[in-house]
Amino acid sequence: MNLPSDLKEQFPLLSQVINDHQIVYLDSAASSQKPDSVIEAMNDYYRTINANVHRGAYEIAAQATEAMETSRGQIATFIGANSASEIVFTKNATESFNLVARSWGGQNLSEGDTVLITDMEHHANIVPWQILGAERGFEIRWIPLTSDGLLDLTQLDQLLDGVKMVSVTAMSNVLGTLNPVREIADRAHEAGALVTVDASQYVPHLPTDVNDLGADLMCFTGHKMCGPTGIGVLWGREEILDSMPPFLGGGEMILDVRKDGFTPNELPHKFEAGTPPIAEIIGLGAAVSFLESLGMTAIRQHEIRLTEYALNALDDRYGDELTIHGPKDASQRGGVLSIQYRDVHPHDLSQVLDQRGICIRAGHHCAKPLMRELGVGATARASLYLYNDESDIDALVDSLEPAGEMFAL
Amino acid sequence: MPGLEDLYKEIILDHYKNPRNRGELESPPAHKTEGFNPLCGDEVTVTFELRDDSLAELRIAGQGCSISQASASMMSAAVQGKSISEVRDLSREFKSMMSIHEESIDPKELDSASTATFQLGDLEALKGVVKFPVRIKCATLSWNTLLTGLDELEA
Repeated sequence: MNLPSDLKEQFPLLSQVINDHQIVYLDSAASSQKPDSVIEAMNDYYRTINANVHRGAYEIAAQATEAMETSRGQIATFIGANSASEIVFTKNATESFNLVARSWGGQNLSEGDTVLITDMEHHANIVPWQILGAERGFEIRWIPLTSDGLLDLTQLDQLLDGVKMVSVTAMSNVLGTLNPVREIADRAHEAGALVTVDASQYVPHLPTDVNDLGADLMCFTGHKMCGPTGIGVLWGREEILDSMPPFLGGGEMILDVRKDGFTPNELPHKFEAGTPPIAEIIGLGAAVSFLESLGMTAIRQHEIRLTEYALNALDDRYGDELTIHGPKDASQRGGVLSIQYRDVHPHDLSQVLDQRGICIRAGHHCAKPLMRELGVGATARASLYLYNDESDIDALVDSLEPAGEMFAL
Repeated sequence: MPGLEDLYKEIILDHYKNPRNRGELESPPAHKTEGFNPLCGDEVTVTFELRDDSLAELRIAGQGCSISQASASMMSAAVQGKSISEVRDLSREFKSMMSIHEESIDPKELDSASTATFQLGDLEALKGVVKFPVRIKCATLSWNTLLTGLDELEA
């Protein structure tokens, strides 16, 4: 069950030459590259069936609607949803979280209530709760980390006391940590709380089944899973989505509008106000087809092997001069490697690597509370995906030393 | 394609590795202002004391990349002892150098008393940063923080 060795050829961007070097793309945790099939699917839509959906009675409008709804069904199957009406299209995972906070939270959270998140959340799963919390005065509680970058669940029962919503990432975008979502969800449910999962870094990399995860709501984004930007997903159990009030108002999300009020549309359209990003939805459907053709289990195995290769290569070459935040065991983590090399600042490291065509991320990765816990202002992050191979890791490993020579204090 | 040598001049690396005027003055009496670059996480804390409309003492603290730290160190050396109007002129000239559009500064905007003595000196070494637009904010962070501090005092 290996991935095809010529996968890079299906990604036109990966043959680009940057700064006289063939590009080495190691920033897929920020955004993945797109295969030809996704780019073509979006082109085909614009060239052949571009029309607004869910209204025109003419042929291409019907085809556009069918293409969009086919994508919705593919995505539902891909994550083990019970039906396509549980798939709500948003702009990105951030909008999905804002929808959950504003709609579910707006209906259910007030002073005296508590939302439980973790120290390793992305700002998208922090700030929407803080915005609402500032209005409503409910508490936000944090699950702390162990020194290995795992969630410290020793106090979970106390932390869950009085909690109405647990919102937790399935995989850290900084540490790569894979969290025991099922265990947390089971205990949260016993305590009477619902569970929202940030699967932005999970769905692109591992076989995903919302029922196995024990999630009630789940947010992820298209552009990290070989799909386009501008399209995200909120999945929710039907009875929960049904109970939630609309988020954005306008066209498409209503059944009827009168001068004295409106009647919201059925799921999932209740949450999809305005003309949707049709080409992007079709592109995301093509991305799901692409991932399914490779097999998510094969993708995960590939990434475990490559992560192990990277961890070993970095350790063999640099030993104590280099720290990798997060778990050491590749089976407990995804292919996200936040590196501290000697005292070279992440910005300077990524600048030197850029001269060799190597794309890594330097910064706080939208996780400033985690940066404070780690005691750093920023990290340099290399992240892997299905198209990366050993040569990409070798290029990374070879490039650290020159950066160290230049900047070591 | 601009090379690394355009960005990381020797004098910049020297200021990075041996920062001048590092630390914090006691506040109060010193005025303290913090600046952040939200995109990259760089932080700078500028503390300074004014005496007779001059920057009598200034210290820099914080953390960040070589460009932000070197620029802060170079700024501290350049502004210490200068009058407020000289500091403002210098900052205008520096930020103009850091502009991608290479706007030249209108001499009429400069305070007439300071134009004669005014020059960027070592700060010129940061000129290469404009070839790397994402790093411009690193170089201007300390200047913007100092200007915010001066504005706060004058408000």
